[in-house]
Amino acid sequence: MSGGVDSSVTALLLKERGCDVVGAHMKLWDYVDVGGDIHRDGRCCGMDSITDCRFVCDKIDAPFYVLNLSDTFRKKVIEDFVAEYAAGRTPNPCVRCNTEVKWDAFLGKADELDCSHIATGHYAIIDQGEDARWRIRKGVDSTRDQSYVLWGLSQSALSRTLMPLGSLLKSEVREIARKHDLRTAEKAESREICFVADDDYRRFLREYASKHELRFHPGKIIHADGRVLGEHEGTEFYTVGQRKGIGIGHATPLYVQRVDPARGQVIVGDDADLYTNELVAEQVNWVSQTPPAPSATFSCEAKIRYLHQPARAVAKVLDADRLHLVFREKQRAITPGQSVVLYDDHTAIAGGVIAK
Amino acid sequence: MDRIYLDHNATTPVDPDVVEAMLPYLRGGFGNASSVHGFGREAKVALEQAREKIATFIYCESAELYFTSGGTESDNMAVLGVASQSKGKRNHLIVGATEHHAVLEPAEHLEHKEGFKLDLLPVDGDGFSFADDLRRLVTDQTALVSVMHANNETGAVQDIAALTAVTRDKGILFHTDAVQSTGKIKVDVRQLGVDLLSLTGHKIYGPKGTGALFIRKGVKLTPLFYGGSHEKKRRPGTENVAGAVGLAKTLEIAGERMDADYRRLQELSDYFIDHVTTAIPDVFLNGPRRNRIPQTTNFSFAGIEGESIVLSLDIEGIACSAGSACTSGATEPSHVLVAMGKPKVRSQGAIRFSMGRSTTKEQLDYVIAKLGLVVQRLRDLSPLYGKQK
Repeated sequence: MSGGVDSSVTALLLKERGCDVVGAHMKLWDYVDVGGDIHRDGRCCGMDSITDCRFVCDKIDAPFYVLNLSDTFRKKVIEDFVAEYAAGRTPNPCVRCNTEVKWDAFLGKADELDCSHIATGHYAIIDQGEDARWRIRKGVDSTRDQSYVLWGLSQSALSRTLMPLGSLLKSEVREIARKHDLRTAEKAESREICFVADDDYRRFLREYASKHELRFHPGKIIHADGRVLGEHEGTEFYTVGQRKGIGIGHATPLYVQRVDPARGQVIVGDDADLYTNELVAEQVNWVSQTPPAPSATFSCEAKIRYLHQPARAVAKVLDADRLHLVFREKQRAITPGQSVVLYDDHTAIAGGVIAK
Repeated sequence: MDRIYLDHNATTPVDPDVVEAMLPYLRGGFGNASSVHGFGREAKVALEQAREKIATFIYCESAELYFTSGGTESDNMAVLGVASQSKGKRNHLIVGATEHHAVLEPAEHLEHKEGFKLDLLPVDGDGFSFADDLRRLVTDQTALVSVMHANNETGAVQDIAALTAVTRDKGILFHTDAVQSTGKIKVDVRQLGVDLLSLTGHKIYGPKGTGALFIRKGVKLTPLFYGGSHEKKRRPGTENVAGAVGLAKTLEIAGERMDADYRRLQELSDYFIDHVTTAIPDVFLNGPRRNRIPQTTNFSFAGIEGESIVLSLDIEGIACSAGSACTSGATEPSHVLVAMGKPKVRSQGAIRFSMGRSTTKEQLDYVIAKLGLVVQRLRDLSPLYGKQK
């Protein structure tokens, strides 16, 4: 339970179905460690969020516990976040948290408390295909579908996960909350990274680097045609497709094409240059489908960002952990470090991390 | 089985007779004890009668007893108040290694922010401190020594008289946190030889938000806050008359029941300890069997974390605690057990069961059975059990 309306309604629906529900809030970080404005509303892991969870659990008569997972989160998510930027990639910490922290920790706790399943408020559907393999499918509300962030989950994790909101629209969920007088009914959504309270990842990186005595990769801003246009303080502060903040006057708008931390270079160019149609995905996890043999190819629709319309592509399996994707049409700003998820209509087949 | 409460060291239910004693001061007797008029005078009389009762209970004079909001405030008042008076003259503090955070934290604050030097008085494997160790630490710069009477995690009762014998007549003040002992065993400030003593109501079937600080005549103290002449300017603020009356009443009742309660709890806890350690393998009792507040039993279960046991028992309707109630959600090892020399792993797996007036043998049998099942299940899941016996 995050303190938001989705996890509140999830707890309520399961309680109504007759489940023995135990509410748990994962404390993943502290303001002392991550900085940012502590007075900003609705931030998960702040005291307000925990209190909201508490009230909801009290209302539905479920025990409520705060689980401190900040050590694991720091090691597996925060440190990875920083390392990825340093390596010239744009990380997706929410995916990493799901894959490495949330499910593991939650299931571990479920075992300790003798609970058979865990449940979350994600808008996605978990079910079994004809071959009994656990599948992740898009939630019914296409504007809220969160199947994209779940690609890293194992079969054993999925077999014990309930997501009751997958078959509901967000508006229906809010209505349920209102009807039951849940104080989280009107709560604003949070879409940003939970531990970057002010949504300013650069501020976070600067403070983190200063606290841990890390250095950035400064150097030159270079046009794709070779001209050196200026200087920058660190490749960490730039992401593919970025336009703002390059700080260089130019006849036409400049966009970040790629970053090269080893050389300290940020390469910029025109918007048109951002469109490419190939990528290699690493750390691939096969979800709804058993892993095909290497060299197998198949059609799919691939999503390269959370806010991206899945686009038609042909996937070729390279080996157990990697695949190669060729899009039918060029896609804008394919970004190393982001997740790519392959869909077959509504089913998320597999996912991986976009390699350089 | 109804819910079973075994966390009496965290807090206790208010005795119905105490509630009755308080109600008049929440109703018709609501006056401000400092007011000149009749309403005020009634309240003032009740306050002073309560003060007298409590002073008698701990063998001090009414003039030496000050009402506070509880143990934490009393501890802060004592530590910070004495230190503030000594600043610039004596700058050394000694505090027990197993003190409650309400003593440790103000002491640490004084060390980090006010230029005091702080030493911790060590304890042995049972949690006891000795006069020789104190003698070694004391210097001519020592302003204050603070050692608790009874420990909240293990129940160990310190020989305070032996320790105050070391500091007496050396210009050193001695404070003891008697939050866990007052009302359960005899607390006599003259016999203990202390200059300051903290006590609270809610650990002994009184209301939360009530407590007192004994300050021996002649001891100078800087108040924590300012704003009126209440409590001789040492603790301003409109007096919680109902609370003071409740505190006096609960100590009065405790005094009457003390010997019988002590014997009963001794028996129950011996029973519990014997059965838990027999029924469940690889269990360790933390703390002494004797010279302790008998209601407190603290166990470490090899291979599993305390928090997991507490949550699992809670789901079964059994209330106990891991470490002390004040630490929230952190898997830090108990500083008390660490000071006693217990390996870190044992300090993280410690559970405290603290009994009280409502505890029955039947409840304990139920708990022992459930505990056995919970520990077994958690050990089956634990990657550590079997490796760290």
